[in-house]
Order: sequence, then C-alpha cells, then structure tokens
Amino acid sequence: MFGYFGLETWSPYLAGVGIGILVCLAFLISDRPIGCSTAFLKASGMIGKIFRRRQVEAMEYYRLFAPRLDWQFMIVPGIVIGAFLSAVLSGTFLFAWVPGLWEASFGGDPVPRVAAALAGGILLGIGARWAGGCTSGHGISGTAQLSVASVLSAACFFAGGIATAIVLVHLAG
Amino acid sequence: MDLDKIRRNERTQAVLGLLFGIAFGFLLQKGAVTRYDVIMGQLLLTDFTVVKVMATAVLTAMIGLYLLRSRGLAERHIRAPSIGSNVIGGLIFGAGFGLLGYCPGTVAGAVGQGSLDALFGGVPGLLIGAGVFAVAYPALSRRILSRGGVKPQTLPEFLHVREETAIVLAAIAIVVALSGLELLGF
Repeated sequence: MFGYFGLETWSPYLAGVGIGILVCLAFLISDRPIGCSTAFLKASGMIGKIFRRRQVEAMEYYRLFAPRLDWQFMIVPGIVIGAFLSAVLSGTFLFAWVPGLWEASFGGDPVPRVAAALAGGILLGIGARWAGGCTSGHGISGTAQLSVASVLSAACFFAGGIATAIVLVHLAG
Repeated sequence: MDLDKIRRNERTQAVLGLLFGIAFGFLLQKGAVTRYDVIMGQLLLTDFTVVKVMATAVLTAMIGLYLLRSRGLAERHIRAPSIGSNVIGGLIFGAGFGLLGYCPGTVAGAVGQGSLDALFGGVPGLLIGAGVFAVAYPALSRRILSRGGVKPQTLPEFLHVREETAIVLAAIAIVVALSGLELLGF
C-alpha cells in the first residue's frame, strides 16, 4: 500500500547509504555530527532541574552541555517518531516486553529482562559520556572523519559488547 | 540561502534536530538495527546487519564529508583521543551495549517500534547513567579522562599518509570486508 515505505526492512546497504547522506546533511546544514547520547545527558539535567535547579545549573558538565531543548536533544524524540512511522507503515509496530533471543535463553518473564536493560542502560549512559560519544557519534560520524578517538572508541564498544554477549550466553547455559 | 544564518538560528536548529531524528529513526528501523535480536546477533557474530549498515554509512559519509570539506562547506568535528576516555569509556559502553542489546540511538528507535524493555529499562537506565557521569565528571576529568593522550588526531596523521590516501585505503578495506561477509554467506 505504501510501496517502498511499507516494506518491513530495507537492504542494510540502502539504510547505510541513507544514514551516510544524513550525516553529510547534518554537517552541511547544522555544522555538527549526528550523535544521540548527549540527548540523554540533557534530559537527565532537565529532570534534575525540576528538583534542584541551582545545583544542577552550577554543575561543570551541565555547563558544557546545557540541559535545553536544542538540536542535540531533539534528535532522540525524532528517532522515536521516525522508527514509529517506519514500523506503522510496514504494519510491524508491536508492544513487546521480551525480545525473542532473550526469551530463548532466559524465558518470557519481563522482570529479569527489564532489570538487565536498566543495568545495561546505566553502563551505556556512563560509558557513552566517558568516551565522548556513542555508536552514531563515534561509530559513524567520527569514524567517517577518520578520527583516532572515534575508531578507538568504536573498537572498544564492540570488543566490550562481544565479550558481554558471550558471557551472557554462557550464563544461560 | 545563507548557510551561516541557518546554522546559527537556534529555533531552526531545534526543528532540524527533530527532522534529522525522524529520518535517522526511520532508516534505523528499516535497516532492522532497532531490533534486540539483530544487535545481539551482531555481538554474537551470527548476524552482520549492524556492521553492514554502519560500514556503508561510514563509507558514504567519509566520501561525502571529504567533498563537502574540500569545498569549504563543512568543518571537521573530532575529539582529542586518549586511552582514559576512549578505551575505558568504550569498554564500559560495550558492557552496557551487550547487556541492554541496544545503543543510545537504537534504544530510541526500539521505543518507537513498541519495545517496552527499551522504554522501561533502557531509557531510564541511560538517563541515570548520563546523570551519574555528570556528577562524577569533575573528578574524572582531572584524574582519568585525559590519561594516555594520543597525539595523532586522525588516521592519516597516525599512518603518516595523505588524507586522500587514507580515504582510498579505508574505502577499499570496507568494500573488501563487506564483499567477504557476503561471500561467506552472512
């Protein structure tokens, strides 16, 4: 019904070329790389400001990355909308607590899955800000500029991720 | 069209951020990399969709950004490398990546496709983690983040070759690696 936009998935190469062009457009029109982890930092600052406005505004890191509804924040609500549109157009939008691969190893109970996701999210948030970027900022935008910091970070993202995934599979037996 | 004016207008940029996000989220979901099973398949080395999407994006952006910069239409945006920041932070990120099964961009895409583990586990976790880092930042920045600084900022500097040479070599490496994956049946 929606032609190409209604397909469940595209070739990974087509999606990749599209993302590469998007990165170029971001440099051209917005003079910045595409990154996602800063949005979570800004959101954490905005939530913190509800409770302790002065203390949060005085913090060194939030002065470097002001908690505001700017480009770097808006990209993440945008991703939610874009992925929602893609899923709805292909008729694959589905509320699900436990992904298939997790269920095959650890069962369908949502509690352990959400607990692992929460713990993983905390490490991901710390690690992304520690390394100064995430899979998109370092992995794609930075690597495309042949940045040593980004290639080093991306290699460690995957080295750490592969090791953790293998340990997880062994825990499941 | 005045590029500088558009780049400096904060309200325009906030709207552009949303639009870039929508396009990015759409492409991530269509590329199947917003799925836990696809990302974990990559980390278990059984499904190479993530590598295919990322490597193609890097190849496209590497050539596009070089052309834009050589025409004065784009600036370079890179960070100073260090072991303390990139290696330690990267490994902490990796541990979270393997446990969550999404990264900061794809977790948002997963929320958009209805994955509730991303919405109620991954997103609050990322907010807590980023907030914890903000609190720890003054101590970390003095003691750890700049430790083991690496002098060359870019691969051409590191390899002592011209930028054009490095781009051609990287492009060949990506094409060979992707062709190899296809030939091996991944």
